[in-house]
Amino acid sequence: MTCPSPEISRETECMLAVRDRRDRAAFAELFDHFAPRLKGFIMRTGTGAGQAEEIVQEVMLTLWHKAEQFDPARAQVSSWIYQIARNRQIDVARKENRPLPEELAEDPDAEPDAAQVLAVEQETQKLKQALAKLKHDQREIIEQAYMGELTHQEISTRTGLPLGTIKSRIRLGLERLRHDLKDMR
Amino acid sequence: MTTIRHHTPDALLAAYAAGSLPQPFALAVAAHVSMCLDCRAGLEAHQAAGGLVLEDTAPKELSDGMKSRVLDLLDGPAPVSVPREPRSGIYPGPVMEALKGKLPRWKALGGGVRQQILSATDDGSVRLLFIPAGQAVPDHGHGGLELTLVLQGSFSDETGQFGVGDLEVADEDLEHVPVAGAGAPCICLAATDAPLRFNSLIPRLLQPLFRI
Repeated sequence: MTCPSPEISRETECMLAVRDRRDRAAFAELFDHFAPRLKGFIMRTGTGAGQAEEIVQEVMLTLWHKAEQFDPARAQVSSWIYQIARNRQIDVARKENRPLPEELAEDPDAEPDAAQVLAVEQETQKLKQALAKLKHDQREIIEQAYMGELTHQEISTRTGLPLGTIKSRIRLGLERLRHDLKDMR
Repeated sequence: MTTIRHHTPDALLAAYAAGSLPQPFALAVAAHVSMCLDCRAGLEAHQAAGGLVLEDTAPKELSDGMKSRVLDLLDGPAPVSVPREPRSGIYPGPVMEALKGKLPRWKALGGGVRQQILSATDDGSVRLLFIPAGQAVPDHGHGGLELTLVLQGSFSDETGQFGVGDLEVADEDLEHVPVAGAGAPCICLAATDAPLRFNSLIPRLLQPLFRI
């Protein structure tokens, strides 16, 4: 694989190679990076090793088969995988489909926006630094919240993440998607 | 195009992203996000934070052969995913999914008010309500939290006015009398994690009957 842009993270680069060229080596690299972390993540929420691996396998195959849904103007690979994994884990636990928002249709005229992709990358880095600066117990609460171990009441009183800048950047990424959003209401 | 002024609170978006919301609230949030770009961006921001927590989780060694098994499966058929119901008229995709693709079959509740229950379990209940213009929904309080998403028309109560796409979050301290606005009947999605309590006698007697 060649490196098109030194500023874009390796994960995004690999995911784009999977999406646009069905690149198996890039998929294998993503697998090596994410599959063991995903297994650790799923097991931390009380799932046994065997079932955790089944979910990891399904999530990684979804990554391959639904690669066209990956939009680096809105999300990093890690957030996309987090989302797929949570959906899958909840469907397995509740034996029913979790209510999901409608998917936004891609505007066929939308140009890939390299500056936007880079900006999402940078905002994610900033968020990562903000998380790294948290004190140990605060950090623990954030982990519990995103692992689904806290109720929304507990989240509202105990967390308070600085999500403002990444949120407005993602908002820009969403706006390029659809001209007909105004028709929705 | 109306502007949404009442949004999903951040803690609910975070809990939805993490999958820790009871099913009725998850449906209300998914439906609101389907209508509101701001809250979609908020949700995806929480997913970004969740992704960073995932990135930072200590890796667990995979069992032998798992990687090659997954790589072998890449050439296999894509797993069959059941298509989700699309939006239909005023009903967003997740609501149509809960309606199993069919438009509501209303049941009269009296006073022109109608409802269709989408689900009622120990987790709480979620229903569609149809309230004729200018009509009040009986005065009620809540055992827990109630989320109300307007799909058509509008309503107002002690806390403000709510139009299409607005989400009202009412906690157990709020005893309110929502009144539908003039014009089109108000259709909304109402999710609770506990039964509603009505304060006047007749609705209270009807409550077990209608599972309000």
